Amino acid sequence: MADILDYEDLNVPGPTATALSQPFWDAAAEGRLILQRCLACERAVFYPRAICPHCWSDALAWQEASGSGRLRTWSIIERSAHPAWQAVAPYAIGIVALEEGPTMLSHILGDRDGFALDAPMRVRFVMVAGRSLPFFEIST
Amino acid sequence: MRHGLGAIVGVGELTPQRSTEGATTLGMIAEVARRAVMDAGLEPGAVDGLLVGPHVGETPQHVPATVAEYLGLKPSMANVVDLGGASGAGMVWRAAAAISAGMCETVLCVLANTREAVPPRSPNRNPIREFDVPFGASGANATYAMIKQAHMATYGSADADFALIAAAARANAQHNPEAIFFGKPATVEDVLASPMIASPLRLFEIVMPVAGGSAVVVTSMERARDMQRPAVAVLGAGEKVTHRALSQVPSLTSGPLKPAMARAMAQAGVMADQFDLLSLYDCYTIMVATTLEDLGVCAPGQFGAWVRAHGLGHDGDAPLNTHGGQLGFGQPDLAGGMTHVVEAVRQLRGSAEGRQISNAELALVTGNGATMSEASALVLGAWT
Ligand SMILES: [Zn+2]
Repeated sequence: MADILDYEDLNVPGPTATALSQPFWDAAAEGRLILQRCLACERAVFYPRAICPHCWSDALAWQEASGSGRLRTWSIIERSAHPAWQAVAPYAIGIVALEEGPTMLSHILGDRDGFALDAPMRVRFVMVAGRSLPFFEIST
Repeated sequence: MRHGLGAIVGVGELTPQRSTEGATTLGMIAEVARRAVMDAGLEPGAVDGLLVGPHVGETPQHVPATVAEYLGLKPSMANVVDLGGASGAGMVWRAAAAISAGMCETVLCVLANTREAVPPRSPNRNPIREFDVPFGASGANATYAMIKQAHMATYGSADADFALIAAAARANAQHNPEAIFFGKPATVEDVLASPMIASPLRLFEIVMPVAGGSAVVVTSMERARDMQRPAVAVLGAGEKVTHRALSQVPSLTSGPLKPAMARAMAQAGVMADQFDLLSLYDCYTIMVATTLEDLGVCAPGQFGAWVRAHGLGHDGDAPLNTHGGQLGFGQPDLAGGMTHVVEAVRQLRGSAEGRQISNAELALVTGNGATMSEASALVLGAWT
């Protein structure tokens, strides 16, 4: 398993931020996970959008997220489809259902023996090629 | 004659190849189109509708016009169908609908691809590129591995259950000389011994990408009757698109094929246990497992017991992907989905040489695109 420091040296593609999503990545740079919340139907939204995908309201506001969630599924990548990621293979990715409702895909850290359906997860920001990204790990 | 939405009167296919040097997509489209139209016994001028896929390497835009011009066609209906692996089945329904709407009479549905030794990297700027790729999730293997993992974690399904599907595909490919794995069978043990790519997905559970092409010709039931040639009726169709990125999937253990198949079967007035052939999209073993469960031939989580209980060859009691499926035939990109249509037409016309199902009257064809995102289902019937 890759040491956490190994990620800093990876030459992997970073996020292709847009003007709309930039606040999410700016917050990540400060070690904060934020989500949009719809002011009309009150549901949380991820990934960032111009309108709420539930009710189509355009009244969306950024809110601090709890950073907690549960593991929905995962995979240990032995052979990455992206050559630059192969340097830290095998590594784990997974889908995390955030406490606020939305699901997001992320890199998963920690003891793989603990990977299980609905395992409790906690966000952990990791520097990858100079960018702070919201990874997740099993919360104990 | 059964009541149908339309009829498939011709099919064409190219032999899959691992790579092509110097070939053009347009050239391959032309060759497979010629085969399908000749198979229908039609003159090129009879084609007045054209459906193509989005991946014509030489041209990012104006794809239908570029293909029409190359083929010397002047269609009165031309369009791109961009549903990934569901494009083939999706084309057939659109062709029938366009004919019913009076847009045209006879539609060529064609998909083909070249394959370079080093494929160009994707220029995507979509949400997947922004929110999935930066975390190390590139390519389809990673996403289908997570779908398989969810099935195993939810139902306790075993690796050997999935390996059975891959082994059955390889076994069926031994009856199809065109298949990339013809002459290369694989046992359950072979599948389980193949390298882990993205856990729990192993190499032999993943389609081999190839160059190739696949085309069908669709016309009205009336015109098909007048042609007095072997034809297959489109008895029902269904479609559903639920998401693109796996992170946005509504369910990891049931997909959009469930409502698509239900609609197609309701329209055709048939039940899941009536099919003589299941021609199910199989980019990965997990896709067949989920489709069988969504179809309802077994309970959720129980595909393994179902596969063990049935013979999946052309001479078995539940023929499944008799051409070898894409797991045995190879996946010629978007045309891979169309191979399931072509095989169903062959079986229902009684022209599946060396692997003919006896008295094949009813087939289910499924297409699946992206990450269990785009679904298309067809119920096809023999011309009786
Ligand atoms: Zn809303």
